[in-house]
This record gives sequence, structure tokens and C-alpha cells, in this order.
Amino acid sequence: MDLSYGPEYEAFRAEVQKFLRDFKDEAPRGNGSTEQLSAETIHWQKLLIEHGYAARTIPKEYGGYGAEPDILKSRIISEEFTAARMPGGIANQGVSMFVPTLLELGTEEQKQKWIRPTLNGDIVWCQGYSEPGSGSDLASLQTKGVEDGDDFLINGQKIWTSTAKSADMMFCLVRTEPDAPKHQGISYLIFPMTTPGIEVRPLVTMTGNAEFNEVFFTDVRVPQNQIIGERGQGWFVANATLGHERGMLGDPNAAGSRLAEITKMMMEETIDGERLIDNPFFRDRLVKLQSRVLTMQYHGMRLLTSRVKKESTGIAGLIVKLQGCDLNHDLAALAIDIMGEIGVLYDGSPMERSRGKWQWRYMFDLGLIIGGGTAQIQKNIISERGLDMPREPKPAKPAQAAAAKSA
Amino acid sequence: MEFALSEEQKMLQDSVGRFLETACPLDVVRAVAEKGALQSDDVWRGLVDLGVPGMMLPETYGGMAFGVLEAALVSEMMGRHVAAVPFIGACVMGPLAIARGGSDALKEAWLPKIAAGDVRVGVAFSEHTGAREDAGIKVEGGRLSGRSLFVIDGGGADIFVVADTQGGLHLIEAEAEGVERIALTSIDRTRSLSELRLTNVASQPLDGGKDVLASLIDAGRILYAADTLGAGWAMIDQAVAYAKERKQFNRVIGSFQSVKHLCAEMAAELEPCRSLVWYAAHSQDALPEDARLTAGHAKSHLSEVGRFVARTATEVHGGMGFTDLLGLHYWFKRIGVNRQLLGSPERVRQELARLQGWAA
Repeated sequence: MDLSYGPEYEAFRAEVQKFLRDFKDEAPRGNGSTEQLSAETIHWQKLLIEHGYAARTIPKEYGGYGAEPDILKSRIISEEFTAARMPGGIANQGVSMFVPTLLELGTEEQKQKWIRPTLNGDIVWCQGYSEPGSGSDLASLQTKGVEDGDDFLINGQKIWTSTAKSADMMFCLVRTEPDAPKHQGISYLIFPMTTPGIEVRPLVTMTGNAEFNEVFFTDVRVPQNQIIGERGQGWFVANATLGHERGMLGDPNAAGSRLAEITKMMMEETIDGERLIDNPFFRDRLVKLQSRVLTMQYHGMRLLTSRVKKESTGIAGLIVKLQGCDLNHDLAALAIDIMGEIGVLYDGSPMERSRGKWQWRYMFDLGLIIGGGTAQIQKNIISERGLDMPREPKPAKPAQAAAAKSA
Repeated sequence: MEFALSEEQKMLQDSVGRFLETACPLDVVRAVAEKGALQSDDVWRGLVDLGVPGMMLPETYGGMAFGVLEAALVSEMMGRHVAAVPFIGACVMGPLAIARGGSDALKEAWLPKIAAGDVRVGVAFSEHTGAREDAGIKVEGGRLSGRSLFVIDGGGADIFVVADTQGGLHLIEAEAEGVERIALTSIDRTRSLSELRLTNVASQPLDGGKDVLASLIDAGRILYAADTLGAGWAMIDQAVAYAKERKQFNRVIGSFQSVKHLCAEMAAELEPCRSLVWYAAHSQDALPEDARLTAGHAKSHLSEVGRFVARTATEVHGGMGFTDLLGLHYWFKRIGVNRQLLGSPERVRQELARLQGWAA
């Protein structure tokens, strides 16, 4: 056990802090990381790449900073940006998912063409994976790409497509080999969102906002060479990026700052003229949540150490999405409960607190419990890969079922 | 930055774990429990050979000078194997109290014998983690009188470390005049619990006070948390193994999602607790600013997660889990007792709120 970072890393931390002091006026206001990118966001991103605080390990030739991977330095960057309440680099799906995929599986030409403008924020991507009929069973997706000359003609529908409205390009899973087994009939295609035949409809969620979209394809013509990986191998290409998405969700550091916000609220707000913190029931819930927040923070330190040492994290890694999302949701629930009637105010109502963000989180975090692999799918993964329990047996094929019935 | 066990720490935990695996199987535990014996003598002797009773003591007294983290790693193994031996009071809290607060003469007199496994220490602190009935020890002219309840490892103890109502610490001998020891019978037959009734008992003073006492209680709390961590994982492992063998509706029940999800939930709740126990234990010797807070969280959180795991793992076993045949209940009961000793989770959270200025 040695929880200090040591002189080399503390020097690096000082560098990051100096950067944040020197350039704080150039940071964009508000967090433009997921929707339309402002000019300030794009300027900030370029500055961050130049100093190695974004696209840090992506090779220089593709527009990154070109540093050797160093998990502790990445962690320090993230800690210092959070502590200074400064926005980090662009973390949209293009940067977080498409670029890593290209680096692993793209051709040299594709890497040259797409990575730099994606990192710089000049091209925004959206992800076309889920379909109304294919959620947890993503590999059953039905959006079809039929060969037509040098092109695929795409028909079908995608759902849960965030940023589809503002995206320039989509990376999309399409069934191009209808006769192949389901995991082997999918291709990973890329195309501009301006291609004729694409219609984007906002998907309003329970929060009242349209954080997602539905995307409809009617005879969308995509050249066959706009493919990442081999034809029919799209499932395996996509799996490289799904891993990246699971890593993005359930960050325990966010929970720590939420707990601090709630504590502050409990010190300041009153009920019956008494501070909320003086109510023993609310206080007990707060301390219970503090246990869970600290537990996940220390668990994060343990996983970080394992990753630095390149050890497998095993079951300890598999539980993070499930536990982290649940914790955030329970934090939002406490924030609402301590405020009682005020806690249900929303949409700019008089007396609303923190611009309704706790209600928004309570709802949106439930979405995160479901999205990116539902809690139930996570439990399947934990039990099968972590505890080595058997998979659910496949239902018998119709012919076998009929034979069994008549027997 | 390295949040992981050292090779030496892993070796210590492995060696204790391997020893208990062979020396303390369920039939040994069962024999001790059914006879109402205070401990398995064979297991105790083996732990003496491994140096466990002196693990916290300075090398000059025959000890190994380990810290609370190492003690927590051993405690986890004790819980994992529901070891029927005194440990938390006899090998950690008691020896630490004497080593930290005894005069040289007192240390010389007792610590080598503790390290050799010849003297066991009982710890009578419970009035500072929740005084029940009329319990409390008063001091008059260096002599102790009163009741102390729920004495940890009191059953076979040769000496006791006793906290008076003011937080002063004292050492008394079990055979001294005026000492009455009453055995209490808890659900957990793998460890003893007793009451002390003292009437004008001669004592030796130890450096005490609220802070010294609190630090010893924190160490104990972390060890109960670690015991629950080990016992909880033993229950999960047994539940998973059982679910992979037991067949109903022509398939192993471990292939039903309802059963798999119970197992996944247990693992998801309990595994991160390992990091909490490590951090809390490490902070006792290395990070004083976090020591009190994290000790309380370890105790209260492991109590809650332990209860969930104990109940759920039993349910996964179905009717068999409820019988005496499998012996799963030894772990269930151990976790149940760990929850209450040295402060129930509700009480500990109240202390944590006070510590942070959230409560008066």
C-alpha cells in the first residue's frame, strides 16, 4: 500500500495545475461535450490536445498528442480538471468509441482520413446500434443492407441515437448477410447523416428532454467500401467499442461530488425551521450513502492499481457499471426526499432548486441503469464471467420442441 | 500509487488461509460448537506456530510487529473458515492495548506469554459502544467494581483489558479475587462471549483515555468487518457451488437467471467492500486523518452487506440452507454476531455523523 503518487507524478500534477491556471479564461462555458460543439469548445479541445490533456495517447500522425499510455497520468489529469471544475476534452461517441475502434481495426487510409477531424471536433459522430426490436439482444438487429451495384441500400430503424441531430456522420451496424448466423451477418458501415433517405426524429424521454433520437433509413445508399473491418464482421468490430462504453459509465468520482452537494444542501435547507442534517432519518441515509461512495472510490483505486500492473481485474471490474449506476440513482433519490415537495418541482418552477437537476438525474440515471447493458444483463455477465455459472439454456428449436411434445 | 497488498501481506494471508483450510474444516467447527468448547486447541496451537497471537507485538517481545491491515487479512481468513478460536480480542485488541499503554514491567510480564500463546486476553469495552442494563466499571483506589457485558474472547481469557466508565484502561487477572466470569451463549458457538462481574478487583493501569480507547475500538471494528468479508465470500462460494450442482426441473438451478442474479448481487455488493476494509485498515497506521471515519464505515457497511449476503446465500441453498446438515448456518450466525459487537451499524453511523459535525 502506497497511496502517494511519488515525485515524478506530483511534478506532472503541478504541470496540469499550471496549465489550468494559465488557460482558465479560454475554457468554454457550460459542458458542450455531447451536443452541438461551440467554437469555444473546439478551440479548447485543440488547446488540450496540444498540451496532452486530450487525445493523449493517440499517435501524433493521426492528430493526437502521442504520449505513451500512462494510467496514473490520465487519472491525474482527470482529478485536476474535476478539482478545478474545468471541462475536459470532447468525450462524444466519435472520440470515445469510433476513434478507438479505428485505431484497432481501421485501415491506414481510414485512420488518416477520420481520426484527426474527429478529435478536433470538426466531425461529430453518432452511433447506430440499438433497434426497437434489438436491445439487450443487439446481435438480432434487422436493419438491412442489400447489395445494389457498388453500394448497399439500407432500410430499417435505429433508436437511442444520441447526438443524431447534430452529428455529421454515423457508424452503424447493418445486416448485410441475411443467411449467415446472427453474429456473422452484420457489417459496420459509416456514412454522412446528410445521405438522402435518413430521417431523424427526436425521442423525448421521461425527463421531458429529447436526449436521444430515432433514426429511420429508407433506401439509404452507402458505397460498399465505407466499411470498417470485413463484411459480416461488424459484430466483432462493434464489440471493441462496447468495451469502451462500459468503461465510460459508472465513474465513482462523480458520486463523491454529488454526495458533497447533498451534504451542503442538508446543512443549508430547513424543514420545520430545523436544518435537514438535524433530522436523524435523513442523516442516517446520508451516512449510508457515504459508505457506498467511499467503497466505490477505494474500489476504483484498487482497479486502477490492477490496470497499471496489467493484472486482470476479474469480478472486481465486472461489478462497476451495476454498482456505480445504482449508487448515483440512490444519491439523486436522497436529494429529492430531503427536499420533499420542493424536490418534485421541475421545469423552472418557482422554488425549484439547482435548476431541477436532481429530478433530472433521478430520471436520467434510471436510463443509465438500463442503457449500456441493463442491470439484468450486467448480472448475467457477473454470474457467468465472474462466478462461472452456466448460461441460460437456449430454448429448444421448434422441430425439437414438437418432437418432444409428441413423444 | 499502489492500492494493493504486498507480496509479504499476500503470503501472510495465504499461509493462515491454507492452515485453516486443513486444520479447521467444518467438522472441527461443529465439534467445538456442539461441545460448547471455547476453542479448538489444535487450531489455536497451529496459529501459535504461525505467530498469530503475537502478530501485533514488537519483535522484542517475540512478536511480528504487524499493523491493522495485516490483522484484517488474518481476520478475513478467520471469518472465511468460521475459525473456532479467539482472535480479535485475544490476538489484536488486547495485546495492542497492553503494548501501547502498559508500563515496561507490565509489558515484560505479559507480552512474551501472549506471543507464545500461553496467555489469552479478553477485552471488556462494550460499555463504550452501547451500555446495556446497569453495566459499567468504576474505579476506586485502583480497584475495579461493576459489570462489563459482552466481553470479547472472554471465555478462555487469562487476563482482561477492561475499560472503566471514564475510558480509563486497566489490566486484571482472571484468577484475581473478586472476578466472576459468566458465560453468555450467543447464536455463534465458534467464539465466546461473556460477562464480567467485578468486586473490588486489583488492577494495573494502562494508558487510556477516549482517544486510545477509540483507536482500539476502531481496530476491532475493522477486524469484525474483515471477518464478515471472509465469511460472506465463503457463503457466496458455497451458494454458487451448490447452485451448479443442485438440479430441479431437469437443470442445475444455477442456470436459472433468478438464482444467478442473486449470486451476482451478492458478489457485486461484497467485492467492493474488500477495498473499504483494506483502506480502513491501512489508514489506522498510515493515514490518521482518515482512520476514524473509515473504520466506522467499514464496520457499518460490512454489517449491512453481510446481512444481505448471509440471508441471500441461505436462500440460494433452498431448504437445505435452513438445515443443520450443511452447516451453512455457522457463517450466517457469525455474520449476525459481527454486526452487533462493538456497535451496531445504526449506532456507528450516528458516531460517524458526530465525527463530521453532522450531529450533536
